[in-house]
Amino acid sequence: MNYGYYPGCSLERNAAAYDVSTRAVAAHLGLGLDELEDWNCCGATEYIAINKLAAYALIGRNLALAQKQLHAPGNGRLAADGRAQLVAPCSACFLNLRKADRYLQDDETLRTATNEALAAGGLRYDPGTIFVRHLLDVMVNDVGFEEIKRRVTKPLTGLRVAPYYGCLLVRPRLGGELSNAEYPTELDQLMKALGAEVVDFPLKAHCCGGHMTQISAEVAYELLRRLLQNAADYKADVIVTLCPMCQLNLDAYQSRVNQHFGAGFNLPILYFTQMMGLAFGLDEKALGFGKEIVSAAAALAKIGEPPKAGAPARRRKDDKALPMPGAKP
Amino acid sequence: MTSPIHPQQTFLQDVIDATPGGDTLRTCLQCGTCGGSCPSGADMDATPRRLFAMIAAGLRDEVLQSNTPWYCVSCYYCMVRCPQEIHITDVMYSLKRMAIREGYTDHDAAPDFSQTFIGYVERYGRSFELGLATRFHLAHSPLRKVGIGTLALDMFARDRLALTPKRIKDMEGLHAILETAKAMARKAEATGGSKLL
Ligand code: SF4
Ligand code: SF4
Ligand code: SF4
Ligand code: SF4
Repeated sequence: MNYGYYPGCSLERNAAAYDVSTRAVAAHLGLGLDELEDWNCCGATEYIAINKLAAYALIGRNLALAQKQLHAPGNGRLAADGRAQLVAPCSACFLNLRKADRYLQDDETLRTATNEALAAGGLRYDPGTIFVRHLLDVMVNDVGFEEIKRRVTKPLTGLRVAPYYGCLLVRPRLGGELSNAEYPTELDQLMKALGAEVVDFPLKAHCCGGHMTQISAEVAYELLRRLLQNAADYKADVIVTLCPMCQLNLDAYQSRVNQHFGAGFNLPILYFTQMMGLAFGLDEKALGFGKEIVSAAAALAKIGEPPKAGAPARRRKDDKALPMPGAKP
Repeated sequence: MTSPIHPQQTFLQDVIDATPGGDTLRTCLQCGTCGGSCPSGADMDATPRRLFAMIAAGLRDEVLQSNTPWYCVSCYYCMVRCPQEIHITDVMYSLKRMAIREGYTDHDAAPDFSQTFIGYVERYGRSFELGLATRFHLAHSPLRKVGIGTLALDMFARDRLALTPKRIKDMEGLHAILETAKAMARKAEATGGSKLL
């Protein structure tokens, strides 16, 4: 019995490294992932800004397909409460699917109308029948740290990792997110289980700007600069992500940020599944390394070296960070 | 100003209707936690707190002309910190829809971007990678001077940039679903069913 797998558009090309490393690691762990048949784009954060009902119908089609495929006898891996589980590696897809399921449960008018639209394509969705989960949640809570540790053959010793969560897997709180909305630790623990040295990363759940790179580049560059600066301050060798959009922003726009601020950041941005595959001793070619714009080769060569002394232990105050309530007039 | 859909209804009620769980908006304490938590606060012409006071005061024009919803990056910090659990981010989406529908947004980059993005979704069922190829196409329209330059080349070199999205098999079914939804939304607009808008 397998989980349903909703890769999302980004994983088809831009984030192919995330897709291949997810599939390789899942196969190694014996975690069955069945791709959702004929899934469509979830609309990201764009469709909902234009047409609400069409946006719910677009997301609803995926949930309806999942209901049909994963509740077919013998097909889906059911949660304890009988819901079939659909796994998304993209934080934006995860939130869209999860939120639509929740709001369709809560809002009868929207539910009836969405199903009226879905019926035009021969589908229907009963909210509450699909349990939408993020891939990290499945790795950490279903596979578990013990099993993950047991599989490690090449520990990531000496590699200083900044674990980056971004927004949409930790906020909003609709049930089933990570442990904390502002300072989650699951990815930290996972990286430690792989043998990496996890650096303090106070901005780890702050926003990278999402689609802002397209709309107002300077706003986005400043958000990205804060994150890169914070990771650099704590002498991270790499930033590890769990979302294709975060990876794209931090990786592809890093040189732009450098130009814009006259900075010299050189931080490779990798997916947590690539790190898992690496620590499990899987073939590196099958994990999508080399697709990152800021090359990870030099950083990865550090693995196995004895750690250098003198890394900063104390948090420094960053007055450019996300303002806390009451911090300023 | 009253609602163009429901002449009897306040602007506040329009926003509440448009937002799942929108009722909580009535309970805003004006505490300012949202604005203080917002990474885009400095670029917004009104903080979320101020915007909500303007909504309650019925300042429809001012609110729908505000850049605030368009600078919202959907980080949900405000939403998890709001003592009243107001669905702030969802209110921002509602305001974007209202501003577009009521003609407040001609030639802005953000609505253009959203339109371009969903254009692909409606044609193929899948999108380009959000954040790259769409920009690539915008960059080639005479309206945009921002070049994408080395960024696109870097992405092409690593096979991370597609020229067309993949097409799903049942495009016909998806098309029927979306067209039905849009027709229902148009009907709702004409008959005052603001919960679907
Ligand atoms: S969030 Fe992005 S990657 Fe995920 S399906 Fe939607 S558009 Fe595609
Ligand atoms: S950090 Fe950026 S891309 Fe990642 S979840 Fe937040 S907005 Fe989305
Ligand atoms: S945090 Fe909530 S209650 Fe406080 S001002 Fe913002 S919306 Fe109103
Ligand atoms: S969700 Fe939008 S309004 Fe709320 S804090 Fe984030 S950017 Fe600001």
